[in-house]
Amino acid sequence: MKQLHYDIVIVGGGPAGLSAAYSAYENGAKKILVIERDRELGGILQQCIHNGFGLHHFKEELTGPGYAHRCIELIKDKPEITTMVDTMVLEVSGDKTVLAINPQEGLMQITGDALILTMGCRERTRGAIRIPGERPAGVFTAGAAQRMVNMEGYLPGHKIVILGSGDIGLIMARRMSLEGCKVQACLEICPFSNGLTRNIVQCLHDYDIPLYLSHTITKIKGKDRVEGITVAKVDERMQVIPGTEFDIDCDTVLLSVGLIPENELSRGINLEMHPLTNGPIVDQRRATSQPGIYAAGNVVHVHDLVDFVSEEAELAGKYAALQVTGCLPAAVETVTVTPTDGIRTCVPQRLHLPEGGEPVKLFMRVAAPLRKVKLEVLCGDKLLLSRMLPVVKPSEMVAVELPPEKTAEIKGELTVRLNRGV
Amino acid sequence: MNYIKEADVVVIGGGVVGCAILRELSKYKLRSILVEKEPDLACGTTKANSAIIHAGFDAPKGSKKALTNVRGNRLYHELQDQLNLDIKWLGSMVVATTAEEMATLEELLSRGIANGVKGLEIIDKEAVLSKEPNLTPNVQGALWAPTAGICWPFGAALAFARCAVQNGAEVLTDCAVEQVLVEDGKVVGVATSQGAIQARYVINAAGLYGDAIAASAGDTSIHIHPRKGEYILFDKTAAASLVQGIVFPTPTKTSKGCLVCATTHGNVFIGPNAQDMADKEDLATTTEGMNAIIASAKKLVPTLPLGASITEFSGLRAVSDNGDFIIEASSVHGLIHATGMQSPGLSSAPAIAEEVLEILRELDDTLVLKHDFKAVLPRHKAFSAMTRAEQEAAIAANPLYGRVICRCETVTEGEIVEVIHETCGAKTVDGVKRRTRAGMGRCQGGFCGPRVTQIIARELNIPVTAVRKEGAASQMFYDKEAAGGKD
Repeated sequence: MKQLHYDIVIVGGGPAGLSAAYSAYENGAKKILVIERDRELGGILQQCIHNGFGLHHFKEELTGPGYAHRCIELIKDKPEITTMVDTMVLEVSGDKTVLAINPQEGLMQITGDALILTMGCRERTRGAIRIPGERPAGVFTAGAAQRMVNMEGYLPGHKIVILGSGDIGLIMARRMSLEGCKVQACLEICPFSNGLTRNIVQCLHDYDIPLYLSHTITKIKGKDRVEGITVAKVDERMQVIPGTEFDIDCDTVLLSVGLIPENELSRGINLEMHPLTNGPIVDQRRATSQPGIYAAGNVVHVHDLVDFVSEEAELAGKYAALQVTGCLPAAVETVTVTPTDGIRTCVPQRLHLPEGGEPVKLFMRVAAPLRKVKLEVLCGDKLLLSRMLPVVKPSEMVAVELPPEKTAEIKGELTVRLNRGV
Repeated sequence: MNYIKEADVVVIGGGVVGCAILRELSKYKLRSILVEKEPDLACGTTKANSAIIHAGFDAPKGSKKALTNVRGNRLYHELQDQLNLDIKWLGSMVVATTAEEMATLEELLSRGIANGVKGLEIIDKEAVLSKEPNLTPNVQGALWAPTAGICWPFGAALAFARCAVQNGAEVLTDCAVEQVLVEDGKVVGVATSQGAIQARYVINAAGLYGDAIAASAGDTSIHIHPRKGEYILFDKTAAASLVQGIVFPTPTKTSKGCLVCATTHGNVFIGPNAQDMADKEDLATTTEGMNAIIASAKKLVPTLPLGASITEFSGLRAVSDNGDFIIEASSVHGLIHATGMQSPGLSSAPAIAEEVLEILRELDDTLVLKHDFKAVLPRHKAFSAMTRAEQEAAIAANPLYGRVICRCETVTEGEIVEVIHETCGAKTVDGVKRRTRAGMGRCQGGFCGPRVTQIIARELNIPVTAVRKEGAASQMFYDKEAAGGKD
């Protein structure tokens, strides 16, 4: 078996992996490897041919492939960075050994002084939410359909219903309309949409596609191919209200019912995981619970903007590079960050702060939509930071940054909360 | 009548029973053809059941079920190595949680002993919990049946069929029987969707449609009705919080109850319920059904990891009027019924095949055994089950083994190409899934489904739009022009 060694081995060549690689290079790492399972770099961005990417990170509006191209341009022709495509990682072990495979090289045992996990996420399926009914062809996750339409050049069907108002579902509602298909409806079990507001407007309203909030599918019909669905209204506990059922004619059901960080490899090395993000617990440097193993992007927690994925991955790349070059400032203070009062998750969950502090950016998701709230970051009783937010929603991540002079003051546990008394 | 093919025996139905019969027939100097209406073998009851090789204590003494189950179990022990069958002899437990249920276990024990089941014993609470620590603390004891096992039913059916084919038998899929042809009270062949096939004997292993096949020959003596069972399958990562083996509740007068059970591939399922149906095609899962099996399974394992469910499905049992298997010669000469199989049909299949041959020998005393029957199938090993050295060798021989298509189950392109071209190969996306497990994992084909579709199209030299999920009208994808041009 081929044996290889790199300073930093990055698992996953999507936006997180590419941004981590570039940042590691910029911060002095000399031998970096990016491993990608697909036939080209860029990850899921390559199938996201719509625009709206890059406004924060590249300060201009790009398509998904455009954003990927920018990331690829930054790393290509750098002798310090090697990329392998069409290569699958089968196993990662705690001693930072990666077992990978591709048709040309066969099995490869690759060791790294540091490892960065950037495997992204996958889509929740019909089986995970137990949609009843028959099991015909024509039920796809929205992302699978998106790949077929945008990369392979085929349609998943002609008369479409979208279940779930996540961003991929909304984007696909518009995409299918543009392809000449009829999008009958978008159904959302929550009383509010789970996508970005701009996507609700630009992908549903602009195409006269009805959005049914508090509705779900109670039956998929069709022996061979989808022939229709039964839909019902749900109550506040998301239970079907009997008597509210109605049928919608369709040949295709696209599911956009949530994303799950792809952590099967992380579980193999017993990384400490967070039950709500479904990703590894990380510190502000995106270091996991295992020394020398970092994680960033959707594998840590699902993002709504790729720009934030890149930003986080650059942290992982930077600190991994500092570690392998022996320049990482030692931490003197270890604290946890606990979300309370209306905040569901916060990444990082833990801080390892050096003397004099370090910049810390907190990425949070709220539990429910609210208006006019104050986001507060506290260390014990001491208010470190507060910010007025006119609107917060679960679908839009909230980010705040604590500068080093603030984090230098941190002595003890941190909490983040929404203060509604404003 | 123009016949497209001539045979001595036609077997109708490519479920595990039909395939086992075909293998048994292939031991003799006979031209045997199996016809299956679906594009693949084992698409009916064989595809969706509990995948258990039962010990044999359930059925009443002397019933066909009891006799063939105990014999079938022994035969699987013998066939496992020859046919490379994926069976794990884990043993089964019937768990009691009350004194009343403990009394029922005693009844099951004596019935099992009467049926000739070896090794049965009643074990105490401590022994039960040491085997299955996630079971309810209310457990009082269990009937332990060490000879029970779990298997891969599709794999078993496929292995029987491939063994038969390697001994000269033929399998026709996408071949629906329209009528059993009878002249002067004797079978002369079958009319199928592909044309008529001449045959002196016809074996009716048509499962749910066994009555319709019989009726087409003029034999209206049998009736089959469908009884649905629904299942929920869990991700492998949840297996540790469920069970390691086969756990039944104590049966009641009305129901055998739903079980919590491991699969040979490392998943765990719960189910089935039992609902009598009118429609033999109704395989829909229902909210009520799933709620019922969840409630029932919670009595065995109180904390079910419901967030880790990966798929739900249902199967239809073929239930005869008296509830026992129908293995008998028809009043129409040359027609033999092997239908009405519900549990333990899978366990019994090899023994049912022997019984059918027994009946055939009574009808025809000229049958001659082949001296060169090839009992052993070439060995196959999934890439994910290979050692690292074996994997390296496989990739060196064929680089397609180095490309992983299904990431959840680590299935390579090499394996997918192989099962498309092998004997009784896959023609559909579900056919590839059943053989290789591509699409069986937690993402349920979200990543690999489109790629598998394209590989099938390439290998069979058909357009992507002609690739089916399973049935005739189950097209996966469409050309873009077709949609754009419509409006």
